[in-house]
Amino acid sequence: MANDVWVYIEHKDGAVTPMSFELLGIGKTLADGLGSGVCAFVVGEKADDIAKEAFAYGASKVFAVEGAEYKGFRADAYSKAATSLLDKYKPAVALFRATSQGTDVAAASAALLGFGLCTDTIGLAVDGGKMKMTRAAFGGNYTVSVVNEKAVPQIATVRPKAFAMPEKDASKSGEVVKEAFSVAEADLNTKVLEFIQSATAVNLVEADIIVAGGRGVGNPEGFQLIKELADLLGGAVGASRAAVDSGWIAYEHQVGQTGKTVKPKIYIACGVSGAIQHLAGMRTSDCIVAINKDPDAPIFKAATFGIVGDYKQVLPKLIEKFKGKLGR
Amino acid sequence: MKIAVCLKQVPDTEAEIKWDIPSGTLKRDGMDSITNPFDEFALEEALLTRENYDGEIVAISMGPEKAADVLRNALALTVNSVQQISDPAFAGSDTYATAYVLAQALKKIGDVDVVFTGKQSTDGNTGVVSAELAAILGWSQLTYVAKVRSIDAAGKKIVVERAIEGGNEVVEAKLPAVVSVIKGINEPRLPNLMGIRKAAKVEIPKWNAGDLGVDTSKVGAAGSCTKVVEIAVPPPRGAGEILKGEIEDIANTLTDKLIDLKVIK
Repeated sequence: MANDVWVYIEHKDGAVTPMSFELLGIGKTLADGLGSGVCAFVVGEKADDIAKEAFAYGASKVFAVEGAEYKGFRADAYSKAATSLLDKYKPAVALFRATSQGTDVAAASAALLGFGLCTDTIGLAVDGGKMKMTRAAFGGNYTVSVVNEKAVPQIATVRPKAFAMPEKDASKSGEVVKEAFSVAEADLNTKVLEFIQSATAVNLVEADIIVAGGRGVGNPEGFQLIKELADLLGGAVGASRAAVDSGWIAYEHQVGQTGKTVKPKIYIACGVSGAIQHLAGMRTSDCIVAINKDPDAPIFKAATFGIVGDYKQVLPKLIEKFKGKLGR
Repeated sequence: MKIAVCLKQVPDTEAEIKWDIPSGTLKRDGMDSITNPFDEFALEEALLTRENYDGEIVAISMGPEKAADVLRNALALTVNSVQQISDPAFAGSDTYATAYVLAQALKKIGDVDVVFTGKQSTDGNTGVVSAELAAILGWSQLTYVAKVRSIDAAGKKIVVERAIEGGNEVVEAKLPAVVSVIKGINEPRLPNLMGIRKAAKVEIPKWNAGDLGVDTSKVGAAGSCTKVVEIAVPPPRGAGEILKGEIEDIANTLTDKLIDLKVIK
């Protein structure tokens, strides 16, 4: 019990995606190393449907706090409820996805418990009964491993897609433990007024495929071609800082040290030179394709496949071939 | 309105980084240092807030002696006062220890309505000190802020837009609030020559652990519960393959290879 690994299940107004459960996979591996079990924990208006899916993805138990005040996400309400669970059951480890919600709840919960945490981890292993948490530092030029000696639980946020999705088995079930914990509206600091959906709905962090453009794209129109390929492949559009600072594309597309850190399965970099600041944000991608006119561009050193050439000539050919082969 | 802004000195993002192994701290000596790029947006937002609503700005920075430079830069940009937070006991503090010290400083400043911070630092990259600070103080935790819509100091209310996955969330929150801002929220201004000259002469006031009533068993490398156990250079990516030949053939080969990965649905 006390040695269990807990996985926070994030949701948006009760809605989950398979990715909400991804950490149950690594959670199980860690729990095996600790000789314990992997459990899910949820804060929300209603938790039963979410719990059912958590069992299918491998949770042995689900702990939940339910209440009308948890209908939509609010950092203070969710953190207080999550902290009440962690404080009562004292699991060995609590994992959160390194998303906006996961990070908000992990950081505030750790602070309320009086501990530090390790963020955006890309490696997790049990070492001498403690969890060793590895993260990239300084533009991915180094990895740093930390242990949280005194903390119960050891809290980590985990880079999305850093670990494999667990298998789903809908026949599995388990026990749901519901804890009463409520926060009076008057004691809460925040209220969500509305959500403005982004017209382009960029979700780089969740994307399996990213087509990105850099300084070499040359102008805003160049991104049309990049977007065309991204759309064709069901991917998202990324950009280097140079492209964003030139005003060719919005900041929400920026990948790198001062942008987003991503780990897609395929990353196609067009006219991106590969400065360390950009590599910091994408070097752990599974397959990197680099298209650049300059054969000496550093991006080629990180690339799985490289093409020395002008993206304006290469992309239309790729689009044509993909259309033919994929029947689109 | 009383506005605070937290600034961190970080190694120049172009600089070569040296670690002190095994202590796991940065060798900051002899490294070019700058104000954390995200904190420049926080400072600019503080200046804009003062312009829009009136008030005073106090800039604080926790770090070694030489981190006074970032406060000098803030003074050149006309913040009303600065406060350095420095003590050998703070060296090696993890995110919680850092947030705890900053919280003590903000309490000592007193009557703060809004605190601006950058989304994250470019050296530690943790991006959680702001949220921890809000949780410790019990203040509104507003992260990933892309726009401050309004601040009503008298009514103790702030409305912001948070850039989260898929769009912007509009949140109304009570003051005091800790607001961490993202790049693009504004265009940071540069100090003018007169500001720089004036700031050069100012004595930077400093608070140590004793001044802040900080329990030193909870801070620094010894007091932090996260400990660095290993620093490594990640394995290089395997040598890639440069596809050569006519564009037609290259495109044919590459599309086959990518389709074989079974990622494209």
